[in-house]
Amino acid sequence: MSGMSAVNGGISMSAEKTYAEINEKIKNGKAVVMTAEELIAFVEEKGFLRATQEVDVVTTGTFSPMCSSGAFLSFGHSEPRIRMQRVWLNDIEAYAGLAAVDAYIGATQVPEHDSLNSNFPGEFKYGGGHLIQELVERKRVRLKAFSYGTDCYPRQEIETSITLDEINEAILFNPRNAYQNYNCAVNLSPRTIYTYMGVLKPNLANAHYCSAGQLSPLLKDPYFKTVGIGTRIFLGGGVGYVAWNGTQHFPSIQKDSTGRELGPAGGTLALIGDLKQMNSQWLRGASFLGYGATLAVGIGLPIPLLNEEVTKFAAVKDKDLYAPIVDYSDAYPNRKPGNLGFVSYAELKSGQITVNSKQVPTAPISSYPGARKIAGILKQWISDGTFSITEPVKLLPNFNDQITANVLKG
Amino acid sequence: MAPERIVLRFTPDTTEKPVIYRLVKDYDLVINILRANINPQKEGTLVLELTGEKYQQGLEYLRQEGVSVQPLIEGITRNEQLCTMCGSCTDICPTKALYIERPSMEVFFNNDKCIVCQLCVKACPMHAMEVRF
Repeated sequence: MSGMSAVNGGISMSAEKTYAEINEKIKNGKAVVMTAEELIAFVEEKGFLRATQEVDVVTTGTFSPMCSSGAFLSFGHSEPRIRMQRVWLNDIEAYAGLAAVDAYIGATQVPEHDSLNSNFPGEFKYGGGHLIQELVERKRVRLKAFSYGTDCYPRQEIETSITLDEINEAILFNPRNAYQNYNCAVNLSPRTIYTYMGVLKPNLANAHYCSAGQLSPLLKDPYFKTVGIGTRIFLGGGVGYVAWNGTQHFPSIQKDSTGRELGPAGGTLALIGDLKQMNSQWLRGASFLGYGATLAVGIGLPIPLLNEEVTKFAAVKDKDLYAPIVDYSDAYPNRKPGNLGFVSYAELKSGQITVNSKQVPTAPISSYPGARKIAGILKQWISDGTFSITEPVKLLPNFNDQITANVLKG
Repeated sequence: MAPERIVLRFTPDTTEKPVIYRLVKDYDLVINILRANINPQKEGTLVLELTGEKYQQGLEYLRQEGVSVQPLIEGITRNEQLCTMCGSCTDICPTKALYIERPSMEVFFNNDKCIVCQLCVKACPMHAMEVRF
């Protein structure tokens, strides 16, 4: 701790670390790793500089339904060969517009004969997310495929069964996960509505939010100073990587009606990893009444404390992180701009917020205990020396890049 | 100790009798109606919480009136393996039987407060709430 005397001498000094220096410490079992919750407490007591000097990596976590998830599966070839044109797994269609025996199973796909919302609200008890969970649990899954037949792939149909271990590759590839921030959803209409944010009671009778707040990965690296292409992460109970920015990655700074800045929002991640080493505790099929099926994904992002600026962002608390309150009966479905104000995650977690002068009970969709567990597991992996951190090949676009959403005309 | 929960079943000819009024006036019982339903055949079902010193006499009166009285054995359990403690059930539950403990944000289920309305059964994204008979 040679730097400490300089601090005591009153000379300002920077605390800078490189990825290589941190990895050397991880390798030697000497890295100091904290969860984002622990860092908050540490910074309160000792300040940003000491935290940056003494802590090497901060771990974050989130465990929440993430619809833009799925897996590439490569089944292996039958005798004779088939060029699968359409493929179903337990009656759920996987996209097969790829090479002969490759397909992509999406988390929100539902079985062929699901009653959907015809008996409203539909239950969506089983979907692609549940199927992915069952594959990870090594359950046997029915495979059915059709083809038109070619000279090199003569077979026209196959009905068999597979397990995750019997197929060649299974690659979880989620085009949009880990939303940086999310709406707090309410319902201003006089009828109950069934949304991807859960059941919203009429006349502003409840409010649902979906973020781990102070533990959430991209709220702790809001300006994408450390996370980028190639960043190694906790994904679905195993190891995964950041492949790219997620779809709909529109990083921005939130502002309320008075122009006050209320922190970042809009970033997303595309994630990839080997499904075979994941764990169904952190990849769980989920059903939203009247909306559809999806997959709850557990994600943990390590943030190396390279400098004080990174530490400051990683130590932000729930009371300084804000979500916009959005009406899901009209504003959201009809894409009307504006919101009903902003509310902090500290207020959301208290169980009650005030909207339009009314006291409204809140409930989360994202599991905070799950997020805390993931941050703890990732901390353990890094402390054990089994998980090193990665310098990104390229950082992700941030709010300075001013990426804006295009609107679909029609 | 939670109040006794019972299921009353009425035939078409007992449906129209003011039995609840009698339970209150003659037997001084405290009544909390949890669920009530009459089907098109005029058969009624009533799920009640009942407390009071003259509890047994009250039940005896009901039986004399031809009302079937059975303990409520139907119940809700939480499958701990399936529950991810997201908490999305906690503002759907009308009696706060499902609740969040702060600051841990862990989700708990207090069976004593459950009125078996079953709203959580459909609202839970993980199908962790199960009906037990």
